[in-house]
Amino acid sequence: MRDPLNKKVETIKPSGIRRFFEIASEIPGVISLGVGEPDFDTPWLVREEGMYTLQKGYTYYTANAGLMALREEISRYLSRRCQLSYNPNEEILVTVGGSEAIDLALRAMLDPGDEVIVPEPSYVSYVPCVSLADGVAVTIDLQERYNFRLQKEELEAVITSKTKVLILSYPNNPTGAVMEKEDLQAIADLVIAHDLYVISDEIYSELSYHHQHISIATLHGMRDRTIVINGFSKGFAMTGWRLGYAVGPQKIIQAMTKIHQFAIMAAPTTSQYAGIVALRDCDCQVDEMRESYNQRRRYLMSRVKELGIPCFEPFGAFYIFPNISEFELTSEAFATQLVQEEKVAVVPGSAFGESGEGYVRISYAYSIEELKEAFNRIENFILRLRK
Amino acid sequence: MTRKTEEQILKIIEKNSRLSNQEIAVMLDLEVSTVTSIIEKLETEKIISGYHTLVNWEKVSDDEVSAVIELKVNPQRGLGFDKIAERVYQYPEVDAVYLMSGAYDLLVEMRKAPMKEIAAFVSSRLSTIEEVQATATHFILKRYKDHGLVLVDDEKDKRMVVTP
Repeated sequence: MRDPLNKKVETIKPSGIRRFFEIASEIPGVISLGVGEPDFDTPWLVREEGMYTLQKGYTYYTANAGLMALREEISRYLSRRCQLSYNPNEEILVTVGGSEAIDLALRAMLDPGDEVIVPEPSYVSYVPCVSLADGVAVTIDLQERYNFRLQKEELEAVITSKTKVLILSYPNNPTGAVMEKEDLQAIADLVIAHDLYVISDEIYSELSYHHQHISIATLHGMRDRTIVINGFSKGFAMTGWRLGYAVGPQKIIQAMTKIHQFAIMAAPTTSQYAGIVALRDCDCQVDEMRESYNQRRRYLMSRVKELGIPCFEPFGAFYIFPNISEFELTSEAFATQLVQEEKVAVVPGSAFGESGEGYVRISYAYSIEELKEAFNRIENFILRLRK
Repeated sequence: MTRKTEEQILKIIEKNSRLSNQEIAVMLDLEVSTVTSIIEKLETEKIISGYHTLVNWEKVSDDEVSAVIELKVNPQRGLGFDKIAERVYQYPEVDAVYLMSGAYDLLVEMRKAPMKEIAAFVSSRLSTIEEVQATATHFILKRYKDHGLVLVDDEKDKRMVVTP
């Protein structure tokens, strides 16, 4: 029989997170600090809007680019929260989560052999999506000593004549790093000088604890070269609704819409109606969740500090990324032993790229009580390792 | 800044009063001494009026009930409702008394007790107060949510163990 599979798909490595999930999920009584999603339920008024529109029978296809009312709300929201201005008619596309938008942007922009720069550690889907879009992923190993911020020199070192796109993802999963305005400016200068485009995944934009989030698209000359990806999953606690969006120059958004139209048709209608309410009426709930995460972030930082584990202070998302190299275990071995011996699940840093080796990702999307118990167990584990 | 900090501390301990001042200080990025002095001040001002435990008594005993009682009263000249409220809230059986706007005046919450005792208390104590015109007793059948906490379902984490 012929090989049924496409060669590209066959060469893609399965996600390291998947492998670790299989180990951790079989252990009874496990406390997990391994998730990349909020612990809060979606705000009630958003859920209620979803139910109401279902009851009313608003269960039909929407426009390919998404409900106009939602695109208008996205436009208002981005201008209010991120000082970005996009026309709901041609510059906004509603997608099935931010993940679809990443895939679409790459497929719309890449020709075979085009190089895409992916700073790592990073969210797991960028590199595989680049391959699937026939591009070539070129990774940069971000450094803890620069607080995992992308440095101008690091970027410059990997730019070639084939480079077309840079993927930026701040606030970052898994490190929790953020980029300040001057960091972004240095990158923007290079992007403009080398005529590159940026896919800026800003899904964690609401979860920035030091300053309000800044989008690279707000910098001079960057609006025409940036696709901003955002969504409802993290800031609004709506992961399961699968709702995101991309905004950017009309030409790219229209090309993305073309692919979306044939591959997906439109994002789920119920989610789109709910999304309108989330953007319009939930500032308060979002503020409260952000404040809770920030309290937990400080609590975890104090616990790792007490244990003497080196960990740079992250100011975004809901992860800390402590350095566990002193234990001379691979991050996968560390995480596996931790879950087997103390029943606490954290994610090996290597799941986010080779440069994540020597680190683990610990999520603080958990209550203080759970974090306390989990850290008491981690403390036992670490004291044992140090003996 | 202080006002906001006070509110932040109150919000945290309203949910969990067993956190140490040290832990609260870490969570809010404050000095422990600052947290300690703010809490002392809030206690002195009676803004923090006590540290109670939210008990779900329904899980403890089946034969006791709670009730709320609406009271319609004639306010006393010169003293208004306060004097009558005082006569009601002095009873240890009474958990809470509120002056209400609307169809009745005082709302009285009764401590958990056998139904007979509550009935006797209403008929022989409350309704005999001369300013009380009428009472309406409502027994609580089920407590779904109390002090912001849902009591009816043992919520489990609905997320998978590890997600990207």
